[in-house]
Amino acid sequence: MSSDEKPGWKKLPMAATIAEPGSSLKYKTGDWRAFKPVVDEQKCVNCLLCWIYCPDSAIVRQEKWVTINYDYCKGCGICAQECPKQAIKMEEEQK
Amino acid sequence: MTVMGMTGDEAVAHAAKQSNVDIVAAYPITPQTIIVERFSKYVADGEVQTGYICVESEHSALSACIGSSLTGARVFTATSSQGLALMHEMLYIASGLRLPIVMGVANRALSAPINIHGDHSDMMGSRDCGWIQIYVENAQEAYDWTIQAFKIAEDYEVQLPVSVNLDGFIITHCVEGVDVAEDDVVAKFLRTRKPLFKLDPQKPITVGALCFTDYYYEFKRQQVDALSHVNAVLNRVAKEYKSVTGRSYAILDTYGVEDAEAAVLCLGSTAGTAREVARKLRAQGKKVGVVKIWLYRPFPVDEIRAVLKSVKAVAVFDKAVSFGAQHGAFCSDVVSALHTGDKCPKIFNVIFGLGGRDIKPSDIELVFNQALETAKSGVVKEETVFLGVRE
Repeated sequence: MSSDEKPGWKKLPMAATIAEPGSSLKYKTGDWRAFKPVVDEQKCVNCLLCWIYCPDSAIVRQEKWVTINYDYCKGCGICAQECPKQAIKMEEEQK
Repeated sequence: MTVMGMTGDEAVAHAAKQSNVDIVAAYPITPQTIIVERFSKYVADGEVQTGYICVESEHSALSACIGSSLTGARVFTATSSQGLALMHEMLYIASGLRLPIVMGVANRALSAPINIHGDHSDMMGSRDCGWIQIYVENAQEAYDWTIQAFKIAEDYEVQLPVSVNLDGFIITHCVEGVDVAEDDVVAKFLRTRKPLFKLDPQKPITVGALCFTDYYYEFKRQQVDALSHVNAVLNRVAKEYKSVTGRSYAILDTYGVEDAEAAVLCLGSTAGTAREVARKLRAQGKKVGVVKIWLYRPFPVDEIRAVLKSVKAVAVFDKAVSFGAQHGAFCSDVVSALHTGDKCPKIFNVIFGLGGRDIKPSDIELVFNQALETAKSGVVKEETVFLGVRE
């Protein structure tokens, strides 16, 4: 018997159906991250290859260089791998 | 009322036609093929308004059924043996998403070695998939249960898929007289499906969401609860069906068990032969009975306890092996139900009919006599009888 605050099976919608679209935004997957991409603003040429490759749409386009949305970035490192200017470094998360 | 000469497969196809199915997605496999072949003819001849999706495999067939059912459509398919095995992962998705799909399963042996004939290995191998499972005795029952299956599946308290199981060749290919209801009677009995939720581009929803350790268990518990409503819903549906067709169905059917000392339990076509043998033995003064289970999943625990309360010995017929287990799956279920009840008769298991091997009245008579002997002595001589195998 669980004393969890989450709702019990009788209160949950049938078959895990979610009636409100777009609710996945509430699920912040950033805390899965073991390594964090850090952008060197001096090296970034805003070519947006990282923006194209990011599987989580966690690269945010800005005027001069990209930034990272750490709420959703899972730290996969594809951006760092693909960056032609080596402007993104993967740093270990300090948790 | 019209009596038509048709095979079990044709009876299922006819029932699906009258049930005003919106979508059929299927792939042919012996001995089921006639069902979907006949249905495709209805479509080609313009006798139905059904969308017919030809697919490249049974895995795709059930996948297409799942997608269609999610739009709120009434969906039907049919399969057998290797086809059901290929559907295996999708079976769980259909029940997990609570989709009231109805599927005819022409029960057939599984390879290897290759065999196309009837036994219950296919559905028994998928018995834990969360579907309601009904076994029929003849073409008439195949017709009647297919129609009733839609109503049980679509009930708001249930919302689960149903498999209607008919013995390969014995029922699927044997021509019998089938009493067929008028189209409008079936249409009025079933009405149009009203889904609880559906995929609609104007009002998007998420189905099949990711549920990890913190939610998954709760949705499985919901499925257990849905199955617990089936017995009551089935009885209600059967009562209404009787009022419009005159034919009476229930969770199980009995013959002579009220005063029986020994009884056999079976699924499907074997019940007819067993009843015939029991009739003969009862005329000789032997107190024997037959229990035919229509509803195998959810397993009718209370009903079985009730009908067997004064029986001393029970033989359970399994048309499939549960390899490495003490008994066939059906016998294990019966042992569980009776052993945890107030009184438990002596029980033994009869494995028979594998790969379509015939079971003869004389075979069943042997089992009845062994059961009567067990009732008298209180001793089970042989826990598992491999009936009709060459030593």
